[in-house]
Amino acid sequence: MTDTIIDIDCVTKRYGSHTVLKDLCFSVRPGEKLALIGPSGSGKTTILRTLMTLETIEGGTIRIDGENLFQMERNGRLVPADEAHLHRMRTKIGMVFQLFNLFPHKCVLDNITLAPMLTKGVKKADAERRAMELLDLVGLADKARAMPAQLSGGQKQRVAIARALALQPRIMLFDEVTSALDPELVEEVLSVMRMLGSTTDMTMLLVTHEMSFAHDFADRVLFFDRGRIVEEGPPDVLFTNPSHERTQTFLKKIIAAGQRI
Amino acid sequence: MEWDWEFVREIMPTLLDGLRITLLATLLGSMLAAAAGLGFALLRRSKSRAVARTTGFVVEFIRGTPLLVQLYFLFYVLPELGVLLSPLTAGVVGLGLHYATYTSEVFRAGIDNTPRGQWEAAKACNLTPYQTWRHIILPQAIPPMIPALANYFVAMFKETPLLSAITVIELMSEARSVANSNYRYLEPMTLVGVLFLCISLIAVPALHLLERRFRPTR
Ligand SMILES: Nc1ncnc2c1ncn2[C@@H]1O[C@H](COP(=O)(O)OP(=O)(O)OP(=O)(O)O)[C@@H](O)[C@H]1O
Ligand SMILES: [Mg+2]
Repeated sequence: MTDTIIDIDCVTKRYGSHTVLKDLCFSVRPGEKLALIGPSGSGKTTILRTLMTLETIEGGTIRIDGENLFQMERNGRLVPADEAHLHRMRTKIGMVFQLFNLFPHKCVLDNITLAPMLTKGVKKADAERRAMELLDLVGLADKARAMPAQLSGGQKQRVAIARALALQPRIMLFDEVTSALDPELVEEVLSVMRMLGSTTDMTMLLVTHEMSFAHDFADRVLFFDRGRIVEEGPPDVLFTNPSHERTQTFLKKIIAAGQRI
Repeated sequence: MEWDWEFVREIMPTLLDGLRITLLATLLGSMLAAAAGLGFALLRRSKSRAVARTTGFVVEFIRGTPLLVQLYFLFYVLPELGVLLSPLTAGVVGLGLHYATYTSEVFRAGIDNTPRGQWEAAKACNLTPYQTWRHIILPQAIPPMIPALANYFVAMFKETPLLSAITVIELMSEARSVANSNYRYLEPMTLVGVLFLCISLIAVPALHLLERRFRPTR
C-alpha cells in the first residue's frame, strides 16, 4: 500500500448509458513512467482526465498518495469531496493537453507564473525567476514575452509543459501531447519529455500513439481496449512479445501504418 | 411657420442642460446594465438550479415588460412600499436593469464561446472558480463582446426620453417645457432630434473603432 502513489480500484466511468471504464484497477509506483496505449475510444484520455478531476467517477475509488481523491471523511463517514479537498489533491497533479490550452491573452511568462502566484502565493519576482529557469529547461528562454499565438505548436506545447512543471506536481499526466503537432515539431517536445523522464523523480503517465517513444520512455506499458486493461508489462515484453491477440492486432496495425516500435 | 434663430439661441443653453442629464443617465445606466448583465449571466450559470431558474425568470420578466411600465413602477409604486428614489436614480435603475436583460445574453454568449480547454487548463493549474473567472474566462470573453454591448448602450441612449415620464429633467422634458411655455414646437423638437442624431453619429464611428480594436484574433 505504501509503495504506490496512484491506486485505481474498481473504477467505473459512464457517459450517460455508455460505460467507458469498467471496473478498472491498477496502481502506479512513485517515480514510475507509465505509458497508456490502445485503440481510439478505449478510455485512455478519460483515465487522465479523471485523475485531474476533470471528470467524476460512478464507481470505485482512486487514491493519490494514500488519500481518497473523490471522497473525504467527515464525522467518521465518507462523503463526496468538497472543493477544498479537490483543491488540495490537485496540488499533487499536473496535466499537459493535446491542444496545449495555453491562456491566449497572457504572454508566455505570465502563462507560467499565474498559477504559482495565485495558488501558492509565490511572489512575482520568485515566480518569474523560476519560470525563466523552466523556459531555459524547455529551450524557450527567448520567448518569455511572446504571446501564445506567435508560437509554433511545438513551442506552445513546451510552454504548456513548463506551466505544469511550475506548480511542482508529483504526478504529471501527458495526453497525446504530440499528436496535434506537425511531424517535424514532434521531436522537440519528445526530447523535453525524455529529459524530464531521466532527470526528475516525478511520476509520469503518458497517453501516446508514438510507440517507439513509449518503448524507450516507459518503465511499464498498459494496453487498453474498451475501458479495460488487456495486457500490461515492461515495454520490451509488451512490444516485442505480446501475449494477447488484441495487443498483437493493435501493434500490427501500428506497424502497417508505418511506425517503428 | 418660420424657423426662428433667435429662439434657438435663447433655448439652446436649456436644451444643453437637458442633454447633460441625458448623457449622465445613459452613462450610469450603461454601467449598471453592464454590471447587472454580467451578474445575471453568472447567476444563470449557477450550480444551484433554484438560483439559475429564479434569475432566468426575473430576466424574462423584465425583458418581457415595457420599460415605461417599469419606470412608473420604480418611481410611483415603490414609494408606496417605502422605497423612495429620486427621479434620476429611478431612471438609471430602470434603464440599467432593463438593458441588463439584453447585455446578459451578450455575456452569456461570450462566456459560452470560451473554449472548454480554457476551463480545463485553469482547473489543471488548480485555480479556484473565482480565479478562473477573474483571470482566465472574463479577460478572454469580454473584449469580443464590447461592440455588441456598445450597440445596446446606443439603443439605451435613444430611449432616455422615456425618463421624462418620471419627471427627470433630461433633454426631452426640457424641450417640451420650453415648447409649452412659448407655444412653439418646431425649434425645440427639431433640436432634440438633431442633438440625438449628432451623438449617434459620433457613436457610429466610435463603434467601428471598437469593433476593429476588439475583433477576435483567435
Ligand atoms: N464528454 C463525453 N461525452 C460522451 N462520451 C464521451 C465523452 N468523452 C469521451 N467519450 C467517449 O468515451 C470513450 C473513451 O474516450 P477517450 O477519449 O477516453 O478515448 P481515448 O482512448 O483517449 O481515445 P483516442 O485515442 O481517440 O484519444 C469514447 O467512446 C468516447 O466517445
Ligand atoms: Mg484520447
